[in-house]
Amino acid sequence: MTATLDTTVSLAGALNRALGDALAEDERVLVFGEDVGTLGGVFRVTDGLASRFGDSRVFDSPLAESGIVGTAIGMAMNGLRPVVEMQFDAFAYPAFEQITSHLAKLRNRTKGRVELPVVIRVPYGGGIGGVEHHCDSSEVYYTHTAGLRVVTPATPGDAYSLLREAIDCPDPVIFLEPKRRYWEKGSIDPALSSPGLDRAVVRREGSDVTLISYGGALDTTLEAAEAAEEEGYHAEVIDLRSLAPFDLATVAASVQRTGRAVVVHEASRFCGYGAEVAAQLSETCFHYLEAPVLRVGGFDIPYPAPNLERHHLPDVDRILDAIDRLQWDDSAPLRDGEA
Amino acid sequence: MTTTERTAASYFLPSDEPLGLVFPDGAAADAPALPMPADDVLLRLYRGMVSGRRFDTQATALTKQGRLAVYPSARGQEACEIGAILALRPQDWLFPTYRDSMAVVARGVDPVEVLTLLRGDWHCGYDPYGANVAPQCTPLATNTLHAVGFAHAARAKGEDTVSLALLGDGATSEGDTHEALNFAAVWKAPVVFLVQNNGYAISVPLSKQTAAPSLAYKGVGYGMPSMLVDGNDAAVVHAAVEQAVARAAAGEGPTLIEAVTYRIESHTNADDATRYRERAEVEEWLERDPIARLKRYLTDHGLLTEQVQQEIDARAEDEASALRERMNVDTVLDPAELFEHVYAEPTAALRDQASELAAELEERA
Repeated sequence: MTATLDTTVSLAGALNRALGDALAEDERVLVFGEDVGTLGGVFRVTDGLASRFGDSRVFDSPLAESGIVGTAIGMAMNGLRPVVEMQFDAFAYPAFEQITSHLAKLRNRTKGRVELPVVIRVPYGGGIGGVEHHCDSSEVYYTHTAGLRVVTPATPGDAYSLLREAIDCPDPVIFLEPKRRYWEKGSIDPALSSPGLDRAVVRREGSDVTLISYGGALDTTLEAAEAAEEEGYHAEVIDLRSLAPFDLATVAASVQRTGRAVVVHEASRFCGYGAEVAAQLSETCFHYLEAPVLRVGGFDIPYPAPNLERHHLPDVDRILDAIDRLQWDDSAPLRDGEA
Repeated sequence: MTTTERTAASYFLPSDEPLGLVFPDGAAADAPALPMPADDVLLRLYRGMVSGRRFDTQATALTKQGRLAVYPSARGQEACEIGAILALRPQDWLFPTYRDSMAVVARGVDPVEVLTLLRGDWHCGYDPYGANVAPQCTPLATNTLHAVGFAHAARAKGEDTVSLALLGDGATSEGDTHEALNFAAVWKAPVVFLVQNNGYAISVPLSKQTAAPSLAYKGVGYGMPSMLVDGNDAAVVHAAVEQAVARAAAGEGPTLIEAVTYRIESHTNADDATRYRERAEVEEWLERDPIARLKRYLTDHGLLTEQVQQEIDARAEDEASALRERMNVDTVLDPAELFEHVYAEPTAALRDQASELAAELEERA
């Protein structure tokens, strides 16, 4: 079996393939939520699954997010592996109590006797011109909660492998889908020779600065790295993939080599995921750092209306500005070996 | 379902007054709407209630002795707790709340394991798969959805399992109750919802909780049969739950039962019920005591002799004494366990934190 398919598939298509393969291979897997059945999901991620697997395996539920997660918990307690969909980031908040108080804690409360292999798929983030409540970056609400795993693919290949691994995982997984990447094409690897559910990957190698990103902002970060090259900076780009647990080893190894780091995400900066990355890097890499770890994120505002979102979302220029602010002048002699 | 296939609302309507089988004076109902349980079942209900109350008073005493951090008493609600549990079949599942320790014990969970939560040693001390009892739920109404999901999965797997979700009057105001009732009805999930309406959600009386004719009406709008029963009558609670379990098992979907009862004690030992209710009201409910009532019936019908009564009392006393003895042992907790049950395998960060704590403890020792 060849490791990688020749055909290219969209990120949404890769998710569809992952769900189909999981449903076919394990009869305990079921997919439900609002609109996932007949319609095939508003982004068509579940397209064709209901007709292929029947409405006992793939079905529409009443419109109620707490109900979707709460019943998924009961199903998982009874041996099933539900994969549920929250239709858009900010509409998942009614399920917050079920997610944080029960899904995340039941293993702990019962000393491991109750295992909840539940996957909650959440299309998240902006960049598609969505109206209010359709563009939140809700990742830190989940990463702050012990007991949850939080992952986010940025490529079709990762969409496939991360979702397959999330469904196989005995722990509950919040699976954040960057909706502006749904139509991104790439190859997938059904053989699952993936780096693993917990691992960050280096998407671009470089020696001067480490750019750390994930999900919807990764593409912009890679573009910025290309642009920085023209200015003489060799930027390494790390895709975190897993936000909880955080793969500190991969990130720290890079930063200890480059001495400079910028975290890029579209969520608001204040108490955003970048704050955790910056804190952990300053604790573990302080003596290697040539400059403070910088964060490029959205502003600390409610997600703006579609006609203003381009001002909120980090773009290539904003990332390049951050790279420029990394005290290159002070450290130039060091870089040139003139100290 | 098309419009023409809709069921008439009257089909789902509860009675105007709570149904009863045994009245406070011990007399049996003339034209019962539900079948009177068999004599041996009535005797088992009585034994269960006596044991349940003794457990409850023992737990309350343990709180006063500092052995339990907190205890929400279910005294006065024995008919609901025991009546419902004895109507379950072995394969059925119970989804209890924090007030339902008596029901969990009646279901067969070791009382010491039940009280682990309230002693403060761990958030659930028993194995839910041991006696088919979900962890006791502290947030209101969230367990109702777990019950629906569990029951739905059972049916999907072809298993004959019914979920019994216990909830209180306060929980009927929570969104999760409404989502659970709706999901259960739409999915025809084999679930029984038993609302123990004990009059107060901590201090808030029923009149400030709902404007509905009764809490049983909550089921009607979702399309499930709803029953209103006397929650101090173990016979009628048992008969109602048994009928609802049979309906669920037969694929006919969920039932909502409101059992009207009363919380004799405060919300917990930390609460002062005299601030929000009159002593006269409590006295009035003491007259409707579920245990005394069934005792009258059993005695009047020659089903309970003095000898059997002594034997029942002695057994309840033995159980309480064994519980007291075991609860008076100081527990030894392992701090390393803090990190072991967060994920299937501890993460690198948790392994580091476990070492950090171990080093701290070693230093202090």
